Amino acid sequence: MLELKDVHTYYGNIHALKGISLKVEKGEIVTLIGSNGAGKTTTLRTIQGLLRPRSGSIVLEGEELTKIPPHLITERGVSQSPEGRLIFPRMTVLENLEMGAFSRKDKDGIKRDLERVCIVFPRLKERVKQKGGTLSGGEQQMLAMGRALMANPRVLLLDEPSMGLAPILVEQIFQIIQELNKQGTTILLVEQNARMALSIAHRGYVLQTGHIRLQGDAKRLHDDEEVRKTYLGEE
Amino acid sequence: MRPWQKVLIVAVNIYLLLFFGPVAGFDIFRIIPEIASKPSTLLQQLLIGIANGSIIAIIALGYTLVYGIIELVNFAHGDVYMLGAFMSLTIIGAFGVTAESTGAQKIVAILVAFLGAVAFTATANVTIERVAYRRLRNAPRLASLISAIGVSFILQNVGLFWGGLKAFFPIMGVNAAAPKAFPELIGRIDVFKDILGWNVPISFSTKDLLVITVASSLMIGLRLFVQYTRLGKAMRATAENRDAAKIMGIDVDRVIAFTFLLGGSLAGAAGLLVGLYNNTAVFTMGFTAGLRAFTSAVLGGIGNITGAMLGGFLIGILAAFSDQYFSSRWTNAWVFAVLVLVLVFRPTGLLGESIGQKA
Repeated sequence: MLELKDVHTYYGNIHALKGISLKVEKGEIVTLIGSNGAGKTTTLRTIQGLLRPRSGSIVLEGEELTKIPPHLITERGVSQSPEGRLIFPRMTVLENLEMGAFSRKDKDGIKRDLERVCIVFPRLKERVKQKGGTLSGGEQQMLAMGRALMANPRVLLLDEPSMGLAPILVEQIFQIIQELNKQGTTILLVEQNARMALSIAHRGYVLQTGHIRLQGDAKRLHDDEEVRKTYLGEE
Repeated sequence: MRPWQKVLIVAVNIYLLLFFGPVAGFDIFRIIPEIASKPSTLLQQLLIGIANGSIIAIIALGYTLVYGIIELVNFAHGDVYMLGAFMSLTIIGAFGVTAESTGAQKIVAILVAFLGAVAFTATANVTIERVAYRRLRNAPRLASLISAIGVSFILQNVGLFWGGLKAFFPIMGVNAAAPKAFPELIGRIDVFKDILGWNVPISFSTKDLLVITVASSLMIGLRLFVQYTRLGKAMRATAENRDAAKIMGIDVDRVIAFTFLLGGSLAGAAGLLVGLYNNTAVFTMGFTAGLRAFTSAVLGGIGNITGAMLGGFLIGILAAFSDQYFSSRWTNAWVFAVLVLVLVFRPTGLLGESIGQKA
């Protein structure tokens, strides 16, 4: 469904992605794990069009994304809960969710998805009139995910949804991710918390300094000796 | 700091203000008896301040909108307003209306001048963004600031050139740099005395009424637009976080261009209003009005729409009081004193939240 082929991205002169190739099939959860600076966030920003690859191709259901501007990439069905959440702090929770559906025209569909988000995240429903900036960290993460879902994406990109959250909230967020996937959302999940990520994903890629170091079935990666040592912190 | 030290500092400051203040007209021993002997003058100046302040406020909105969305102090904005006044004058000149024309002729000329000036300044502002700012959006902030100052100089020279085209526009008069006379199209009929029949010591003319009504409607309209429409929400989202706005599927370039269009339109409207109100236009008017409007935007909290309106009224009132009670030569100095005081003691302005915070 989504396929990256030999993608090279630069920040100025810094070669951040050195030929990333990966695939996400319909209905999958695919996770990208790796340490800080490996290029996980850069990969998601490149898919979204916020960064432009210098070479390589990104194809979503047969359509090349590297040639079209970011706002049209969202319209084609890519949305994300970005690193740092980037909610709109001075807009209300409801306005934040409305912005998520900005590229859509189908009023009925938007209404349906708003109801769905309120069911998945009941905490947001209680706070629809509150300003985004007044929410707690966990609620902001839910808002960022809810906002991304409002686009009714073909592929949902999640960047570090567990960052800065209490362990109990992390568990809750991961349950929600699994639940969304069961409802049919295809997910590309970037995580520092490799253990959690591999436990819910179907397949995984391990990134290291801009290269894909390992890839394969999530269970197999989870049992891989190198992954265990480097990313799961086991001896 | 000990309490006696604080008291000493305040005392020294009050002494200095009383000592040097009179140089700039701040002579309370003259001002207080003056107000006491004729309090109606105070109300009259308040009214003048509100009328002038409403024009300053709609210019200030242009500064604050643009700052809010790309964090650029668009120093060319005041000059766009000046071009608005010149365009209005040119159109009114082309219609050939004067104070003696019939009401219908005046109304048609004013309406066409309004549409023409607004369309012209909106186009000019969008073009300026496209040509002078867009490429610099990711450059260090100083680059676009300098670019803005450059555009400001260019526009002033356009104004000077335009003012010299007397062969095409006789209304521009003989001297290119001289203030141009706007025909008196809105009569000074006193609303209180002549229309309502009230016997009050202050005068509130049809001009004041027109300026305050039009400016207030524009401000309320803008406020509602930004609050409730789809494009208005996109503007707020882009202002709060440009990357997040892109992820939402917002065409950020278009939203920024639209913000310049709105700001330019308001400047054009202000240009016509000031021409009708003060009956004069000169190529340097954008510089002075621009600095006052910028001060208003900072006073209210730059980036904050309600703040710019509030700041505009406050600066208008301060200027009117200074003209009457201090010394009109020092009015700009008092306005800039406010700018300095705000920047030192409350840089976020009256209504502003912390500057540049992008959570």
